[in-house]
Amino acid sequence: MTNSSTSVPLNYLNHKTGLWSWLTSTDHKRIGLMYMYTIAIFFCVAAILGLLMRIEKLTPGQTIMTAQTYNGMFTIHGIIMIFIVVIPGLAAVFGNIFLPIMIGAKDVAFPKLNLFSWYVFITGALLGLYSQFANGNSPDTGWTFYVPYSAAASSNVVIALTAAFVLGFASILTGLNFIVTIHRMRAPGMTWFRMPLFPWSLYATAWIQLLATPIVGITLLMVIAERTLHIGFFDPSLGGDPVLYQHLFWIYSHPAVYVMILPAMGVVTEIFPTFSQKPVFGYVPIVFSSLAIALVGYFVWGHHMFTSGISYESRWFFSFLTFLVAIPSAIKVFNWLSTMYGGSVDLKPPLLFAISFIFLFTIGGFTGLTLGSLATNIQLHNTDFVVAHFHYIIFGGMGFAFFAAIHYWFPKIYGRMYNFKWANISWGFLFVGFNLLYFPLFVIGIQGMPRRYFDYDPKFQTGEVLSTIGAFILITGLILMISNLVYHSRRGAIAPANPWHGVTLEWQIPSPPPHENFDEIPVITHEPYRFDHPHTN
Amino acid sequence: METLFNEGSNLAGAVDRAFIFIFAVSFIFTIGITALMIYILIHFSRKRNKNPQQFSHNTKLEVVWTVIPILIVLVMFYYGWVGFAPMRQVPKDAMPVTVIGKMWSWEFDYGNGKLSKELVVPYNKNVKLNLVSVDVNHSLFIPAFRVKEDVIPGYKNYLWFRPIMKGTFDIYCTEYCGLAHSAMTAKAVVVDSLEFNKWLADLKVTGNVPDHPGLAIIKANACLTCHSMDGSKIIGPSFKGLFGRKTVVVTDSGEKEIEANGDYIKKSIIDPNADVVKGFNKGLMQSYKEKISAEDLDKIVDYFKTAGEAK
Repeated sequence: MTNSSTSVPLNYLNHKTGLWSWLTSTDHKRIGLMYMYTIAIFFCVAAILGLLMRIEKLTPGQTIMTAQTYNGMFTIHGIIMIFIVVIPGLAAVFGNIFLPIMIGAKDVAFPKLNLFSWYVFITGALLGLYSQFANGNSPDTGWTFYVPYSAAASSNVVIALTAAFVLGFASILTGLNFIVTIHRMRAPGMTWFRMPLFPWSLYATAWIQLLATPIVGITLLMVIAERTLHIGFFDPSLGGDPVLYQHLFWIYSHPAVYVMILPAMGVVTEIFPTFSQKPVFGYVPIVFSSLAIALVGYFVWGHHMFTSGISYESRWFFSFLTFLVAIPSAIKVFNWLSTMYGGSVDLKPPLLFAISFIFLFTIGGFTGLTLGSLATNIQLHNTDFVVAHFHYIIFGGMGFAFFAAIHYWFPKIYGRMYNFKWANISWGFLFVGFNLLYFPLFVIGIQGMPRRYFDYDPKFQTGEVLSTIGAFILITGLILMISNLVYHSRRGAIAPANPWHGVTLEWQIPSPPPHENFDEIPVITHEPYRFDHPHTN
Repeated sequence: METLFNEGSNLAGAVDRAFIFIFAVSFIFTIGITALMIYILIHFSRKRNKNPQQFSHNTKLEVVWTVIPILIVLVMFYYGWVGFAPMRQVPKDAMPVTVIGKMWSWEFDYGNGKLSKELVVPYNKNVKLNLVSVDVNHSLFIPAFRVKEDVIPGYKNYLWFRPIMKGTFDIYCTEYCGLAHSAMTAKAVVVDSLEFNKWLADLKVTGNVPDHPGLAIIKANACLTCHSMDGSKIIGPSFKGLFGRKTVVVTDSGEKEIEANGDYIKKSIIDPNADVVKGFNKGLMQSYKEKISAEDLDKIVDYFKTAGEAK
């Protein structure tokens, strides 16, 4: 195959060209890429804000910005990362591109709704940006918008709340689309237990998106009503209850973290068998673990509120369930290790990112246990320990899984391959930078350093400085990784259809895929992850 | 000064035991998992192992690694609960102190008008803190004592402890409450009982002096959050010497010099962005048009007038 346009076969990238054909495309693969590019841009913006915050924290007191600016920065950093990057992230990008292909379908159930969801997403994201520049101050409430402060603060809170509300709809509609797609559009012969595990993870995720997101939508509207109509849901001077807000907020926002992590787990569950050339260990337990995480995850939200004055009984109930929800994740880690054990393991970049996912997610998960335990939570709540914990889980978990996914599916998406050495070096900077950035925060958190603090006691400075050095190393890794991928998306060597010898459906079609994925819908006759090797019976 | 595991209160021991157990288990498993991964990468590398085994389940193993983690986390839950339960069982003889949290400082009310900026407490005696917020959510955290509870307006939250170490310990606010959240710190000072009793007896009565009605309204609306009483610059101009002060304001049509009289003061409350004092930012202060009645505005003006005359 040559690079000349006359001999490149028709695929979804050259099917119709021009910006307009992309903006009006209902092709799930193009929509997934549009999500990826927008999310990547917002991620970079929020990452730079993170870097600026870390520079500010180099010294106690003011370093490069005022307290007002710092408070606004951690607010918008959180809003962008949570609502625009991590919650949609894997599902909207790789779910869109690969769900239909992996179940043998030509598109999702509702392609036009899919495109509409992207426009809803863009609207919400632009509203979020607008909250920064509109008349008045950028919001400084934190992404959690706790009342009464968010009802009283004279900054652009209403715009930010509206942005989050709109973004929620993109999530709900995508969830709905995926549920129907998985129920109704699996290829003939693909029973539920013949479906690969990434689609399974998207299924569990979609139920959370559909059922939990409306709760936070209504809650945000209630805060808007509080600010504009002075109704008094949450403001005690109007007869309201501030803790009610916290309950309503976290009833969504805790399940939301499972929206973030379940597809991430699904991605690495695809990578381990491919790069070990052996089946996933414990397929059925992984399915039920995913569903269990989604279900039990609805009942643990109170662990964000152990110090908020809720009853003694509530506190131990939520603590107990929090420990239970940790078990399915532990089971998955053992399953992943057992998938690799005894395999023929090829440490290519996707696997490198996938195993660092296990390492970082394990640390994040164990530190979560200290937060789920009552006595230790009292000490650690709202300290930098929590900040380190959730960055290990969200960034080390979902983030590194995203990096793993892009390195895994890059040749399929673009029909080209990136440079492995460059990818491995990027990984090195990312991994070292990440740990140096966040691990010191565990230490100073245990020592009592609170979070969302512009100023701090000089005794914490060593940890803060180490963390900032880590941030610079991490950013270097991001620049290296992104440039490797961007450069080779157009100039990389042409990739074969199945460079990693995978056995799921996406590897059985050309790279890049044709516009409608399959010339003929395949008929499925066996379970996934069957590798034809001499040891197979 | 405090080190990582200074046990400052009777509650600290059980909390630290929970920490040690959970961290030890976590450390062992993390090292184990990492070591296993590295072993797999080397021993089963594609170069060394061209024939991958194809097993995909092992029921006995799966049961073991489900049951054992369940047991371990149940023990963790237990340690966590044991360390926590006493925190909500306040001894009847605990000395009560009311903690007033406001943007952005702590005040400790020992009763009978005795207010202190420091939380002075007697060594080896039970102390109960009743937590009161006058504005938004705050949280009182004393790391050395291992205690933290949120200070929620409208709620009667509390915490208690018995200090078992003498010294000075940090107090932080741990619920984000706006601009100067990180400045909302204080000190807990633990002294022996005799010294504490003397300190309490000597503590001046500064509370309970009734405020001028105008001043009460000013306090009720949290104006002092941004306007100081003593001349220092916070967010907005200081109230010290306000009435009759000549000052330059920025309007839509440029700068002009005004004298701060009753009308100017009222306008600044109802339409704060109209005439902004030069050197301060527009758009930071909300209008109190709906919140302060015309009658109350008069009281506020009267307060400033009389405060000025008292000089």
